[in-house]
Order: sequence, then structure tokens, then C-alpha cells
Amino acid sequence: MADYKEIINRYKDLPGGIIEAYHALQREYSFIPEDSIAYAAQVFDLPLAKAYGVATFYSYLKVGERGKNVIRICESAPCHVAGAKEVVNALEKELGIKMGESTADGKFTLEFCECVGQCQATPVITVNSKPYGDITPEKIPGILAAYK
Amino acid sequence: MAEEMRIVLRNMGKIDPLKIEDYINAGGYKSLEKARQMGQEALMEEVKKSGLRGRGGAGFNCGMKWSFSYKVQSEQKYVVCNADEGEPGTYKDRTIMENDPQSVLEGMAICGYAIGANKGYIYCRGEYPYVVDILNQAIAQAKEKGVLGDFDIEVRMGAGAYVCGEESALIESIEGNRGEPRFKPPFPPVIGLWQKPTIVNNVETFANIPIILEKGADWYKSIGAEKYPGTKVVTLTGDVNNRTVFEVPTNTSIRQVIYDFGGGIRGGKKFKAVQIGGTSGGFIPESMLDTPIDFDSMTVIGAVLGSGAVFVMDETRDIVNVVARIAGFFEHESCGKCSPCREGTKRIHEMMEKLDAGQGSGGDLSLLERLGTVMTKACLCGLGQAAPSPVLTTLKNFNSEYQAKLN
Repeated sequence: MADYKEIINRYKDLPGGIIEAYHALQREYSFIPEDSIAYAAQVFDLPLAKAYGVATFYSYLKVGERGKNVIRICESAPCHVAGAKEVVNALEKELGIKMGESTADGKFTLEFCECVGQCQATPVITVNSKPYGDITPEKIPGILAAYK
Repeated sequence: MAEEMRIVLRNMGKIDPLKIEDYINAGGYKSLEKARQMGQEALMEEVKKSGLRGRGGAGFNCGMKWSFSYKVQSEQKYVVCNADEGEPGTYKDRTIMENDPQSVLEGMAICGYAIGANKGYIYCRGEYPYVVDILNQAIAQAKEKGVLGDFDIEVRMGAGAYVCGEESALIESIEGNRGEPRFKPPFPPVIGLWQKPTIVNNVETFANIPIILEKGADWYKSIGAEKYPGTKVVTLTGDVNNRTVFEVPTNTSIRQVIYDFGGGIRGGKKFKAVQIGGTSGGFIPESMLDTPIDFDSMTVIGAVLGSGAVFVMDETRDIVNVVARIAGFFEHESCGKCSPCREGTKRIHEMMEKLDAGQGSGGDLSLLERLGTVMTKACLCGLGQAAPSPVLTTLKNFNSEYQAKLN
């Protein structure tokens, strides 16, 4: 795995580039390592509080560890009425964890999210940002198998 | 039966979006050339005359907005494309960018020429990394062909904050800050990105520009509703047979959208409600379905056209439950900068959950109405001002649903 310092350095000269740097960290680790924030603050010449403030403002960014594969389920109104709750139950059952938790082997994390813009196929889940639409509880094991 | 009219989506399914040659062969980049021959002022006048109004939801005259930036003397100006499509139920900008990215780039370059900007940003939501890839490829091809001239475009990714759809919050985010809206005035066309004059327009607005120049303002103005001419790309979700995207003239009625295009309600059920414009839109009952979807007609019935999302609910849906979920959305998405929104969205959510659980009283309904009304006036930005709309419109149009759940 690439060193977080090296990843952050790539964005050093980009005006306002701290968010792009955080995205790059997430692509590498699936989360923003806690230690990297102090380094980002230094590189972008920001107070530490501000670097934290940015990292924690955005729901797509996650400070601190999470599983290698991040499964997000949309709970916005169109997905809500289309049966998002049943999908949540199926995911929790399949992985043996609750929403917001990660599996013990570090492979999966379950998260809620708001609309991901695939509302022609509600309910929707994403795995590492890849959308899967028209989800039914029966489809869950098949989708997850590809990531196990 | 109403018919689709593809202006923005004219190339959808006809060209390979990742081949700039296809776009050029379909007449692409001729409008940019034409714009440069027209000169800045004549160009802006043409856009103004077309009557094109912002397709992101605010509905401001596009040419007029551009003229504000044009008039400011500055060595640096910016063009920003708002592709932070976060309104639940909306997927029109994704559809446009996935099918015809060059039309957006061309629209941005035309705007750049008009106002005197040589740098553009596309702020694309973080949930669309696959769209970011398409945009980056499209930009690389345009640069290689040299069609953009000295106009440079860069893509920046949002990171899951709904409030960043608000233009000054979006600007803050490009600058690498928390996406909190600014106090206005000054407005972005005068003082925007890095304190420079900045035009922020929606993806769909930019995609309209090349064809307006190709066919002329008079042609455009003759389409759809008189005061909000052109087409609107609408995205259908919920309990309709055809959950898909359509582009329709703006004088199309809500009923035509749901029944002619949407194919009616799924499973032979009856219609109960439709929410248009995204999750901050008003809930519309059967009696108002003959309203045209254009900006002003929607405002008259206490609703909005907004992003053009059309979320249909059948007779079995529990309105109070859906609004409670929406209230949770706004509590989550409030940025916390101003207290009417930060506290208001939280209290609305609390009361809606209580009502949904059958534990609410008539007093809660009056409190909700009072709080909602205060928020529409007191909140800093459009998020907080629009957040109570689902509550207020359902209290008005679907009051019996609340009465049935009172303790």
C-alpha cells in the first residue's frame, strides 16, 4: 500500500486540493487514516482543526478504519418506499453485523447513505461506489459473493 | 398523447459519448465558433432573449446572470458547472453527462467566452466516480482536438454533502473548505470562487446552450411555456410503471408526465401523491395534476419544478411516514451554519417521528406549521428555506393523513 504522505503530496500544489487528497486516500485505504489528517494540515498549510473540520463535514469521507468493501444503502424517500428496510435486514443477516458496523475480518462495512442518483432502480445499494439497483433481499448473497 | 422532445438529450443513444468525433460530426463545437464570431455582448443578448432559465431549481435568467460577471472588471473569472446532483429522485445530470459530456463542455466554454473566463470547473458529486471518469476522458479529448481554445476545464469531486448543490457552498467546497453557504450579497457572479467573479450553472443549463446558439433564441423561446421556455429533463421514480428519464416541453402537465410518460401507477393501483423537484419539493394531490410543470405554474400551486424529479406515491403509501423519512434527510444534511436550520430540521424530524409513531397531538401539528413557516423565512440558504416544504404542503393537501395518526 502507498504511504499516505506520498498520496497527499500529489495534491500539494492543487488549490483547495485537500478534498481531492482525502478522496485519493479513500481510494487506497477505503477510509482516511486518522494520522494522515495532521499531515494533510501541514501540507495544505491549515490549522489541524480545519483539516479535521473538512474531513468530518462530508458524509462520503470517513475518518478512521472501516472495512475493505463499503456497502452503502440509500435511505432517501424513493428507496425508502421501495423497500430499503427489507434490504437492510437482508444485509445485516448475511454479514452478521448491524448497520454502521464492520465484519471481524475487515472485509465489509455497512453504512446508510442518502440518494446516490440511481432512482430509476430503487432500492439501490452501492459497493465501493458501484451501484446495484432493483435490490431484493434474495439478490444480496449473490452480489456480496463477488467481494468475499 | 404528449410526446417527448429531445433538445438537451438530442445526442443520447445516437453518438458514442466517449468519441468526440461523433459529437463534432453531429454539429458539435460549431456553436462555440459561432459564439466567438458574435462577440460577447451579442452572445449574452441572444442567451437572454432565448428565455433560458437555470435548470438547477432557482430558475434565474441565464443570460442575465452571465451579464453580471461580464460587467465586473477582473483579471480572472471562473465558470463552474454544478454537477452535484444530490436531490433524491434526480438522475438527469448523470444521464446528460453519461450520454453527451461534450455538450456540457461546449456550453461551459461558450459561457467562458461570454464573461471573459479562461478556467472552468465541473463540481461532480462524489457518488458518481464513474461519471468523473467520463468527464475526464471527454476533457482530454477536447484538449487534444483543441476545440476549447484557451479555455481550461478541471473536474472536482464533491463528497456527499447535499448542501453543496447551493452555489456558494459549492464554491467553498472547491476551495477545499467545509461546504457551508456564504452570506449574500455579494453573489457569486460578482464575488465567487477565490473571490473572483464566478458563474455557477447547472449541467442541464449548460447543455442547453449549444443548441440555443445553433437554432437561435426565437426558436428556443417558442418551445414550451412562455415564461420558462424550452424543455425539462424529468426523472420518474416511485410507483409509476416507467421509472425512467424523459425530456418534455415545459408546458407539459404533471398528469401527462405521470400517465403519458410514466405509464400510470404500477400494479393497477390508484394515485395518491406526487412530489416534484426533489425531496424538498411540495406534495401535490390529484386535484392539481393538470398544472403545467413550468417554474411559475408550479409556484402558483405552492410547489416547485426544482430539479425535475417526479416521485409518485400510490394509494397505499403512508404520507406521514414518508415525510418523517424526508425530515430525517434534512436533519442529516443541514450544515449547521445557521441555527434556524440546524435546530429546526432536528425538531421537525423529532415531531414527525412522534406523529408517525401515532404519539402526536393536534398541538404538534400547529407547532410544525409555525416552525416550518419561520424556517422558510429565517434560514440562511435554500436548504433550510425549502426543508419544511414537504411538511407544510402535506399538512395542507393531505391533512387527513395526519389526523388519522394522532394519538
